[in-house]
Amino acid sequence: MSESDATNALSVRNVVKQFGSGPNAVTALNNVSVDIQSNEFFTLLGPSGCGKTTLLRLTAGFEQPTAGEIFLFGEEIEDLPPHERPVNTVFQHYALFPHMTVEENIGFGLRMQKWSGPEIRARVNETLALVKMEQFATRKPVQLSGGQQQRIALARALAPRPKVLLLDEPLSALDLKLRQAMRNELKTLQRETGITFIFVTHDQEEALTMSDRIAVMSAGLIQQIGAPLEIYERPINRFVADFIGDTNFIETRIDQVSGNRALCVAGGELQFETDVVDGHGIGDAVTLAVRPERITLQKTMLRSKDMPVIEEATYLGTDTSYEINIGDGVVVTVRDQNAEAGMGRFAAGENVKLTFSDGAARMLVD
Amino acid sequence: MSEKTPKKRKGFVLGYYPGMNMWTLFFFVYLYMPMVVLVAYSFNDGNRAQIWQGFSTRWFYRAFINDDIQNAALNSLIIAVCATVVATVLATLAALVLARGGEFRGRSASLGMVTLPLIVPEIATAVATLSFFAIIGFQLGMLSIIIAHTVFCIPFAFLPIRARLEGMDTDLEQAAGDLYANAWETFRFVTLPILAPGIVAGAMLAFIISVDDFIITLMVSGAGATTLPLYIYGMIRQGITPEVNVISTVMLAISIAFITAYWFISARGDTVKGH
Amino acid sequence: MNLPRSIAARRALGLAPALITVAIFMVLPMLILLVFSFLEADPYGGVEPRFSVEAYIQLLYEIDFDDALVFNPIYLGIIWRSIFLALVATVGCLILGFPVAYFITRQDPRMQNLMLYLITLPFWTNQLVRVYSWILILAKDGVIEQPLKAVGILDGSLGMMYSNGAIAIGLVYSYLPLMVLPIYASLEKLDFRLIEAAHDLYADRMKVMREIITPLAMPGIIAGCILVFVPSLGAFIAPDLLGGGKKLMLGSLIHLQFASSRNWPFGSAIAICLLMLVMVALMVQARSAAKRRAMEAGR
Ligand SMILES: Nc1ncnc2c1ncn2[C@@H]1O[C@H](COP(=O)(O)OP(=O)(O)OP(=O)(O)O)[C@@H](O)[C@H]1O
Ligand SMILES: [Mg+2]
Repeated sequence: MSESDATNALSVRNVVKQFGSGPNAVTALNNVSVDIQSNEFFTLLGPSGCGKTTLLRLTAGFEQPTAGEIFLFGEEIEDLPPHERPVNTVFQHYALFPHMTVEENIGFGLRMQKWSGPEIRARVNETLALVKMEQFATRKPVQLSGGQQQRIALARALAPRPKVLLLDEPLSALDLKLRQAMRNELKTLQRETGITFIFVTHDQEEALTMSDRIAVMSAGLIQQIGAPLEIYERPINRFVADFIGDTNFIETRIDQVSGNRALCVAGGELQFETDVVDGHGIGDAVTLAVRPERITLQKTMLRSKDMPVIEEATYLGTDTSYEINIGDGVVVTVRDQNAEAGMGRFAAGENVKLTFSDGAARMLVD
Repeated sequence: MSEKTPKKRKGFVLGYYPGMNMWTLFFFVYLYMPMVVLVAYSFNDGNRAQIWQGFSTRWFYRAFINDDIQNAALNSLIIAVCATVVATVLATLAALVLARGGEFRGRSASLGMVTLPLIVPEIATAVATLSFFAIIGFQLGMLSIIIAHTVFCIPFAFLPIRARLEGMDTDLEQAAGDLYANAWETFRFVTLPILAPGIVAGAMLAFIISVDDFIITLMVSGAGATTLPLYIYGMIRQGITPEVNVISTVMLAISIAFITAYWFISARGDTVKGH
Repeated sequence: MNLPRSIAARRALGLAPALITVAIFMVLPMLILLVFSFLEADPYGGVEPRFSVEAYIQLLYEIDFDDALVFNPIYLGIIWRSIFLALVATVGCLILGFPVAYFITRQDPRMQNLMLYLITLPFWTNQLVRVYSWILILAKDGVIEQPLKAVGILDGSLGMMYSNGAIAIGLVYSYLPLMVLPIYASLEKLDFRLIEAAHDLYADRMKVMREIITPLAMPGIIAGCILVFVPSLGAFIAPDLLGGGKKLMLGSLIHLQFASSRNWPFGSAIAICLLMLVMVALMVQARSAAKRRAMEAGR
């Protein structure tokens, strides 16, 4: 049998989920394993259709896995119905009960767990205060704005103090400003309550700013799990590097190796130093990932056909994006902050000098 | 780690309630068993309707050559055709105004009036109509039945036509107006063809309702005009021969044929309306 | 061909034929019925044009040999039986129909369509014929008794015909689709995520049914109950055929007054009572519909 560490809030072991059967079968999750620690703010990030919601629904108990096990604090739960799992969900479109008031919605889970009247009232008031919605207690959901409904959905799921809270894109229906404000509130709530949050989003900024750890998913698989910084700085494959932020992919060969560092040359004569991925040696073709903002541009007096030349400059407000031909037909994108008012520092056709901060380039596994 | 045998998953299916499928099965048996029994008993050989005495088609023959039944069937047909034609025309005009005429004072009152025959208990309609004919000294007979049928057929013709109109794209009519069609041409060449399935559906409902009606017909029929349901009722009342099973089966078959056709017409209408 | 130019004229032209027809042949007769109920009976059928409230008094009292009014519970009993049997039929339809309406919503669309067709079909077939087919089943030596006798379980008769039970079965059978369809319509609109949310918040199946599904289906349930209750109250065919004219209901009583008893004012008075009961039922429904609209407003 698979073992599970009881200190993990949630352990997913080799879970497969297929919808339908025969030729129409869709594999939504294809052998997924992940451990989520207690008190963690854990984010599932990935493009539409990659299986995020499915993983959440399996955890909540709305669906059964085709294969694999799910443990909650060491206890195997995949055969338990949703109402016997100490897990609550904040639904994407809130799913507030339209025939109940805000109070009744929040108290529902407590009532189903047979709490006494005064206990329910106390917890409902406490939770309403937590989401700053005290004055709306007696309203019906239709009388609330989207953002207010979102808070009630959150309060309803938090009130029974679940061991794990599942949030399926809870902010996606809100406007940008509200979304940003709610990010901070969610983070604070998680810290104050100490509940493990599993948060689904396809918004990378949301994931990067809120999470303790992120699992990047694609096509039913988890591609990489790590802290935001790790995911951003050290993507292990092309998918992750491409999905999180903007990236230049530079096809090149390993020129020299010393220890675990390798030197590659791309374009004309630009040199990149990176950690070498296991199993690669001199002469191997590799892909380097370089973030556009990690390349620094400098003015140069030299004019030469072999020098990198700016092909296009796009003004983006906070910074300017340059398409730069570095020779051999290799084009990289570089972001340069607009420190001064006006257009960017360079114009199309100008020659520039490129420099890199240490570790700007990263060799990808595939 | 030991070799793992695949577990049989019990699985909790949300929204499923045990026993519901058996209940539904029972429901459909309850709904259809009497009709099956009726059809089966129309092949009963015996002389008494309720007691099974072997298979025979002789009562079909007997019913077929029975003059009274033929007369009743003819009366039913005449009444239903007249009531259907008048009710459908009235209902179409009313539906056009109520679904297309915009908002106006008295709109919902008119709607309530057109559908009034649906909510008044039939027995009350029956005796009220009888009283009305009595007070104006109207001779009871075919004509009084046709008038009464026309009135309660109006809402049955009206509802499918209105549903069709409400599902219809007003852009089409505006496009026709844009292409220099006048109001009548727009109606004749655009609205009417699209509306046709609704009108046919409404007419079929009206027809079936008229053919099936019993209690109102009973009260306003007078002596001479017997319809099929009245004839069947009479036979049930005076000791029953299997002939009544035969006519009932035939009436059942007519209704089922009409309703099935109606179902297909309105289903096809739905696919047209979406595009 | 030309249509009138003004929109108001066109509206009037379109609506007038239908409205006038209903007004003359439906509304006016109702008013005549109301007038009749306050007139004196003509013993040869019809009415004598003299004002009288005798018809309504007759509902509660009879006149005994020395012209004194004596309380007469017979008609109240019939009214009560009508209400009671209509309620029984309503509850029967609800119990039978609700799980089916819910079950249909859980099927795929093709199956849903087929089932709805199968439920609608009997409703459009001849009611007289359908109720009559129950005679074949319930009668002495009918479909149920004959085989029981053949194997020797039964001798004599179960006496299923001509009972309140037989009438109730006939009423349920007549109006069942009217219960299933509106409940189906409201359940079909139910957001399945609410059921998930309720399970997620520790409600088991029965609690989900009680706390979520039933309250949200309530408009459909109420509509269905009214649709079954109203025609059951005035039913004529089921009590007449299956009650054998012994267990009278309002419908058969009204018919009797206009047919053999020839007491039109009394029949009119009962019909007016029936219409009042119907109006009360419809008002209940209108109020629940208004409440629902208020709840849905702004969604
Ligand atoms: N009930 C279902 N029946 C059939 N296929 C399903 C079902 N639910 C999900 N799928 C399929 O499984 C895959 C994963 O779906 P899932 O909802 O988990 O994606 P997601 O990552 O949440 O996407 P999104 O960001 O768009 O919400 C999709 O291809 C989807 O079509
Ligand atoms: Mg999703």
